[in-house]
Amino acid sequence: MLHDKDRVFTNLYGLHDWRLAGARARGDWDGTKEILAKGRDWIIDEMKTSGLRGRGGAGFPTGLKWSFMPKEVGARPHYLVVNADEGEPGTCKDRDIIRQDPHKLVEGCLIASFAMAAHTCYIYIRGEFIREAEHLQAAVDEAYAAGLIGKNACGSGWDFDLYVYRGAGAYVCGEETALIQSLEGKKGQPRLKPPFPAGVGLYGCPTTVNNVESIAVAPTILRRGAAWFAGLGRPKNSGTKVFCISGHVERPCNVEEEMGIPLRELIEKHAGGVRGGWDNLLGIIPGGSSVPVLTKSICDTVLMDFDSLRDVRSGLGTAAVIVMDKSTDIVRAITRLSKFYKHESCGQCTPCREGTGWMWRVMERMSVGRATVEEIDMLDDVTRQVEGHTICALGDAAAWPIQGLIRSFRPELERRIAEARANAVAA
Amino acid sequence: MPRFAAWSAERARAIIDDYRDTSGALLPALHALLVEFGHIAPEAIPLLAEALTLSRADVQGVITFYHDFRTTPPGRHLVKLCRAEACQSMGSASLEDHARHHLAIGWGETTEDGEFTLEPVFCLGNCALSPAVMVDGELYGRVSPERFDAILASAGQSTAAPEQTP
Repeated sequence: MLHDKDRVFTNLYGLHDWRLAGARARGDWDGTKEILAKGRDWIIDEMKTSGLRGRGGAGFPTGLKWSFMPKEVGARPHYLVVNADEGEPGTCKDRDIIRQDPHKLVEGCLIASFAMAAHTCYIYIRGEFIREAEHLQAAVDEAYAAGLIGKNACGSGWDFDLYVYRGAGAYVCGEETALIQSLEGKKGQPRLKPPFPAGVGLYGCPTTVNNVESIAVAPTILRRGAAWFAGLGRPKNSGTKVFCISGHVERPCNVEEEMGIPLRELIEKHAGGVRGGWDNLLGIIPGGSSVPVLTKSICDTVLMDFDSLRDVRSGLGTAAVIVMDKSTDIVRAITRLSKFYKHESCGQCTPCREGTGWMWRVMERMSVGRATVEEIDMLDDVTRQVEGHTICALGDAAAWPIQGLIRSFRPELERRIAEARANAVAA
Repeated sequence: MPRFAAWSAERARAIIDDYRDTSGALLPALHALLVEFGHIAPEAIPLLAEALTLSRADVQGVITFYHDFRTTPPGRHLVKLCRAEACQSMGSASLEDHARHHLAIGWGETTEDGEFTLEPVFCLGNCALSPAVMVDGELYGRVSPERFDAILASAGQSTAAPEQTP
């Protein structure tokens, strides 16, 4: 279990002042100039050594990502873009970081931008996050007024500008290239990769897109040392992580914990356990709506980190733990998820635009048993026609929950079909 | 007392002009229009296209792509109800039924007195306090049907009160 002294987000619950004075009292903006003075290569090396993996879902090593930016600035300026378009159902970590600890993010932006030779950083914040955008803008204004960012940021000689940019309600804009499109004032339709944003990104310039949590932990890692962060968690899955526990638990909460904590321990220690006891558990979606659901037998033992969850054919995603007890209509829940992805598909790629609609319509029938047993395999086949055949991962995200349902709850689907048939015969 | 100004081409032009020289200006300009008028009137499209040197089709495309840019005026209070997984597991479906029944409107519709507009939203990022509702940009967690009625009643009073006092 994580000790209080090892916590990064010391104001996650908003018990203290979120403004600059409070943030400074908690250690933010301490020695930022000295960190910058150690140079670009030192910062990137430390980030690599810390083993931090991107907190937005894919888990790509952050230090490595930073090192992909061109070493020297050419004719085109470099940009850092922070992805605060937190829209994955179940996920509420970036929101609390921005509300309660915005200066961690602002300081992280400066350090990360410096490390990648970017003078400009944009934070793209979700349209629905109205209060959060206000807090963030207030923190940015405070940092400007205190000379921490702007011309000669922190007295380091580095000029740095930070802009808060508001989204307008499109889930797909959380995809990095769609986010860049949206920042340019266009429809948020993802771009083909390659070229990757590190080569051709915002306005055609080298750009790195990072999640809020990845950027916000960076200053603490650099202050306390990469070895400290790497010493927490498990190898290749190091550090701390904010978990969002919601659904059928006694006390839903956000909590920062060590990576690799057993799922059961996480829920029983921090969320007061499953409603009605652990044996009342039906299944858990461990990483936000787009990862496959886990059955109880897997939940009994699985560890919460990227590799452990990948081994059980799910994923850590954004670490949004959605707990469902035995009162849940699991088929109905996944059907609603399908509707969500149909609603949010940007319409650019045919497999996703059409496939999400097909999958949703079949799921609607499955949820009331108005289908045949063969159609379960057909549905699984459709998900595989969508998965991997689209520009961005939204197609995959729509396919995985259904694949997870069929893999883990196939008997329930068959039971419904048989029941509906029996009722039809009786009538 | 409506929260939003009535459409005025002159006012819209002035708002849009502020964004003439910014890069990636279309979204911020649309947000500014939304704050002023509560919706993006069709008349704004040629103004935006001209000021930002875009085609009208580009502007139309962007407006229809993002859920927040509504093209019809909302009621005096905008009620957004979260329909994502965490809220579902905590009973948002019955809250949805209650809301539609209580207001006697469907999704995206406005009550006859022009008071409330009901919109679905997928995840307000308040999952730990499901089910969640947003009324006029203010977020509420753990909303029961009773609490929903109380929230709407107090929102309704904030507009009704000034009219009652002469």
